[in-house]
Amino acid sequence: MSTLTKETVAGFDVEALREDFPVLKQTVHGKPLVYLDSAATAQKPSVVVEAIRRFHEVDCANIHRGVHELSQRSTAAYEETRTKVRRFLHAKSTDELIFVRGTTEGVNLVSSSWGRKFVNRGDEIIISAMEHHSNIVPWQMLCEEKGATLRVIPMNDRGELLIDEYEKLLNARTRMVAVTHVSNVLGTINPVQQIVDMAHNAGALALIDGAQAAPHMKIDVQALDADFYALSGHKVFGPTGIGILYGKSKLLNAMPPYQGGGDMIKVVTFAKTIYNDLPYKFEAGTPNIAGGIGLGAALDYVNRIGLEEIGAYEQQLLEYGTDALSAIPGLRIIGTAREKAAVLSFVMEGIHPHDIGTVLDKQGIAVRTGHHCAQPVMDFYNVPATTRASFAFYNTFGEIDALVAGLKKVKEVFA
Amino acid sequence: MVHDLYQETILDHSKRPRNCHPMLDATRQAEGYNPLCGDKLKLYLKMEGNLVKDVSFVGSGCAISTASASLMSESLKGKTREEALKLLDKFHELLTTDTEVSKDLGKLVVFCGVREYPARVKCATLAWHTLKSALINVDEVATTE
Repeated sequence: MSTLTKETVAGFDVEALREDFPVLKQTVHGKPLVYLDSAATAQKPSVVVEAIRRFHEVDCANIHRGVHELSQRSTAAYEETRTKVRRFLHAKSTDELIFVRGTTEGVNLVSSSWGRKFVNRGDEIIISAMEHHSNIVPWQMLCEEKGATLRVIPMNDRGELLIDEYEKLLNARTRMVAVTHVSNVLGTINPVQQIVDMAHNAGALALIDGAQAAPHMKIDVQALDADFYALSGHKVFGPTGIGILYGKSKLLNAMPPYQGGGDMIKVVTFAKTIYNDLPYKFEAGTPNIAGGIGLGAALDYVNRIGLEEIGAYEQQLLEYGTDALSAIPGLRIIGTAREKAAVLSFVMEGIHPHDIGTVLDKQGIAVRTGHHCAQPVMDFYNVPATTRASFAFYNTFGEIDALVAGLKKVKEVFA
Repeated sequence: MVHDLYQETILDHSKRPRNCHPMLDATRQAEGYNPLCGDKLKLYLKMEGNLVKDVSFVGSGCAISTASASLMSESLKGKTREEALKLLDKFHELLTTDTEVSKDLGKLVVFCGVREYPARVKCATLAWHTLKSALINVDEVATTE
């Protein structure tokens, strides 16, 4: 099976790339690790681990404060990541890039800060049927507090948003449209350009949750004209606890600070505080400096391989995996959008995902089982949970063969 | 291998769960929910004074949680409320500690493999959490969290 596929991946040397990921070279329960859970968190290449180690061993100091050498080095390294992110997202200026803990905090920053000031009773917020809890709950909290209404763009059985229905939801009361770029459960790549344009035509803003898009495709926030775009470092081969919120400077300037503290101020007296300029106005307290530096190394690494090359290779993995899993009797793939990233969620007749996950784990295969922080998606498909295999560029066709063999074993146990 | 966890008895009870039906004349019932995996369970008890006369359940779950509910329902019949609660403690001990397996557990010892799978302990205890709320009659959904 995998000899056939060798030709199709010519030019993409996955075996060489795997050398950059020490974590992949291990056995789990006596079997070679097959890591198919990159949508939960991606593995980190040695260059990221090394950048974080170097910071702690050589440059460690707090940033934006000291006049001493170490502080200047760490400040420069941390701020250099902002420049790298600017290029990665094609943002106009580094002022528009706020370091946050991850996508979740990015969405919460917007719903808290922008929402507190600009959303009023009777206003409407639109999200979609395939959102992660992190792009549902912050908006629900805001709507509850403000007496606003949450509207949901429905989807079809393939897991594609119904754009006609979205059109009907838009009206003069719509303030914000918050939609995921790529679904973490279904893999659906949403037509975000169209979604943003339609929001703008209705006079609303648009926030895109880019957590699952950033590792797989090129993002251009200016071309997209998104008002906010959030992503997580750890999904794009960087460390956990660091992420980015992009926001148009005009909007960020009009928003009140998210948290108060050090670094976000210019002058503090007991009578009044003058807030710092962008982006620091939104960055109270000592940040995750090591995480920021690690993220910079991760983006460099991804750029060296090339997102177009990554995307093309992953599409081949997806196609191969879709065919291979579809051939297993009793297996149903959940999420069959025509535009898809390399994510395969599925259910098997009569076998619970947790049992599938445990039996696969015993064969060294790591998949995610459960509701994937998207309970409304589970309700839509009327399943309690799914098993999800998600891919990154370091996965191989051989690993998909191993997954198929693992699922055959699952069927043997529960036959 | 996986058979330490999925012993024959567990597979048998997960495929053909015993006492798996609603009970119209139940004197107590409770619902259980494991938010991590979406498993749901409804437990029915028919008590005569202090005695568990009959037990049944309905629900959807993995092999471990279904087999656990099924085997629990068999082992509870004829026990007093106190005996049932004592069994619950022993079952929990079986799953979470390395102590010697208690003889009182009977068939329930097949779950001893679960202690090697910490992520699956909650699957095995869902039915028992639900039993506890049925016996102490709190009017809310028992959860494993």
